[in-house]
Amino acid sequence: MSETIEFKIDGRKIVAEEGKTIVEAAKINGVYIPTLCNFEGAKPKGCCRMCTIKVNNRFMTACTIPGAAGMEVESNSEELNDIRKGIVELLFVTGNHFCPSCEKSGNCELQALAYRYQMMVPRFPYVFPQKGIDASSPKIIKDQNRCILCQRCMKTIKDEKGRNYFAYQNRGSKLAVVLDEKMGKEMSDELAALAMENCPVGSIIYKENGFKKPIGKRKYDKRPIGNEIEA
Amino acid sequence: MSKKITIEPVTRVEGHGKVTIQLDDKGQVSDSRLHIVEFRGFERFIQGRPFWEAPVLVQRLCGICPVSHHLAAAKALDVIVGAGTGEGLTAVGDKMRRLMHYGQFFQSHVLHFFHLSSPDFLFGFDGDPLTRNIIGVIQENRDLAVQGVMMRKYGQEVIKHTAGKKIHGTGAIPGGINKNLSLAERDELLNGEAPLNADQMVEWSLGALDFFKAYHKANVRSIDGFANFPSNYLSLVRKDGALDIYHGVLRAVDAEGQRILNDVDYQDYDQYIEEEVRNWSYMKFPYLKALGKEKGWYRVGPLARLNVCDFIPTPLAQKELEEFRAYTHGKPNGMTLHYHWARLIEVLHAAEMIRELLNDPDLQNEDLVTKGKKLLKGVGVIEAPRGTLFHHYEINDNDQITLANLIVSTTNNNQPMNTAVNLTAKSFMNGRPEITEGMMNAVEVAIRAYDPCLSCATHALGQMPLELTLLNSKNEIIDQKIK
Repeated sequence: MSETIEFKIDGRKIVAEEGKTIVEAAKINGVYIPTLCNFEGAKPKGCCRMCTIKVNNRFMTACTIPGAAGMEVESNSEELNDIRKGIVELLFVTGNHFCPSCEKSGNCELQALAYRYQMMVPRFPYVFPQKGIDASSPKIIKDQNRCILCQRCMKTIKDEKGRNYFAYQNRGSKLAVVLDEKMGKEMSDELAALAMENCPVGSIIYKENGFKKPIGKRKYDKRPIGNEIEA
Repeated sequence: MSKKITIEPVTRVEGHGKVTIQLDDKGQVSDSRLHIVEFRGFERFIQGRPFWEAPVLVQRLCGICPVSHHLAAAKALDVIVGAGTGEGLTAVGDKMRRLMHYGQFFQSHVLHFFHLSSPDFLFGFDGDPLTRNIIGVIQENRDLAVQGVMMRKYGQEVIKHTAGKKIHGTGAIPGGINKNLSLAERDELLNGEAPLNADQMVEWSLGALDFFKAYHKANVRSIDGFANFPSNYLSLVRKDGALDIYHGVLRAVDAEGQRILNDVDYQDYDQYIEEEVRNWSYMKFPYLKALGKEKGWYRVGPLARLNVCDFIPTPLAQKELEEFRAYTHGKPNGMTLHYHWARLIEVLHAAEMIRELLNDPDLQNEDLVTKGKKLLKGVGVIEAPRGTLFHHYEINDNDQITLANLIVSTTNNNQPMNTAVNLTAKSFMNGRPEITEGMMNAVEVAIRAYDPCLSCATHALGQMPLELTLLNSKNEIIDQKIK
């Protein structure tokens, strides 16, 4: 059995099992550190940088660093929150996120984070990239306009043999997460629905869904993201 | 020297337009046009999107009657998902959509009459523009203004409980709806604290009609003689001929009341209706193919609906229809300002229908969606507050939209509005050496009667002040007024 350790986040005492990441330890103790690419059950990678924290005045990603006894973590500060807001803004301007017509609206983590950090007008210019959508699968639509390259679908949507449905294609500014053409055509309804659920934005849309959840019953209609963790 | 007068933009209408009036060397009106100067392009940028986004995306055309676009698109997609046309939906699906639409109709008509048009009736066409507005109405007739605000609020509450929110909801989905009406929501709308309940809305609707009828009685000549012209009329009617703003068949009558389009299925609308493009306006000119461009144009909206239908299926509004019909001895009514009269009869009908629907236990059913064999094309037609609204979508095998065609209510009224502007300009301008405030507003009153939604019609952004420009025969600006 692992040992229990104690450390602090913004001066607040955190008690957790040794080996838990700072994000996990914070969650258990009712402290919310925002994440996008991190997904429970999948190996963390720290690629979106939303969970950026400061330890000993150094920037780190809270989803990849385990808590250590006596650690002093800075999270909910003006500087860090502005960095997080900036990350959200960058994601908005480098994609084509039109919330009014997106069926993930109200259930979208990116939109919810934009509300949490009170994004009004992004400080960066909109790129309006030319991106397409792949609707060839009978079960899902992969909309590249909304993809934030978080890899959550790559890590969690697999067949019974452990093969990935989603993978990276191209490099640099052309990097994209694409659906395997052959496997996409044979996808089950359950897996398609799960892929949509696991996508933090509206990039994976289960074709049979289509605005079935009414306004008022969506994930973030009643309370902001993180509120379910915060004590 | 010939002159051209431009009124731009036209005020107290939804959207941005301008009017030009061309005068000949003798100062007589030679031509006048209503130009719609907005451009949006919804039909193009929805291409490639998954079809179920259409009801949510396309309704963003408009902030006044988004529900009509939402429902017209949903109706077209009902066909695509194999739920049929209108009759295929479950009882709760059909009735929730109807309730949403009557709420929309009620609030939109009320907004138009109380906020946009009542200043003309209270202060006269040539009243001081500083008071001839909703603030002036509040100062002059507080009760009327409060009623207008509260009635609109009630309609918006109906929309909120059916569509999820007051503007741009998501209630209608292909094949049905995504929520029913809870008992708490029903009780709030039916028996809510005064004045926000169904009975009060019916009572105030009758009061608004009395207000208009009293004004009409005192100003018969100016109301009846204002832009009065014969035309064809088109609308949806229920299969038994009743007024039905949600679903039915297409019917058109001529100025004598003879059928020129006999209860046809709107899935085949493109066999009967064609649109003409003219190089001076972004708004197209639809006409009935069988009669051609010159004779085939028609009016839509409240006046057309009451000229086309056989009866109204609610008792109080039917009684008012009988009085309305008797006024023109059963013949179609061509008086532009009688649009207001017809609109207020429809307000009463909507209030009665809302009350009737709220008492229907089907609204609490759970079977929300119907589906069947998928098709690649669907057409949805609905009577929006401003008139008949067509949505036509085609999709590919991957569920992406490949074609979208919208014929918006205001577009249908394009030629009639131009005709009304022309008649008004001739009547108010001829022989007068200068542009008067009364003349400027009279032209707007003619347009306003049709309650045009210019943003919808060109699928636009913009403000709505008024600009009037005088041009000589060489099209040089020699005078300009902006208010």
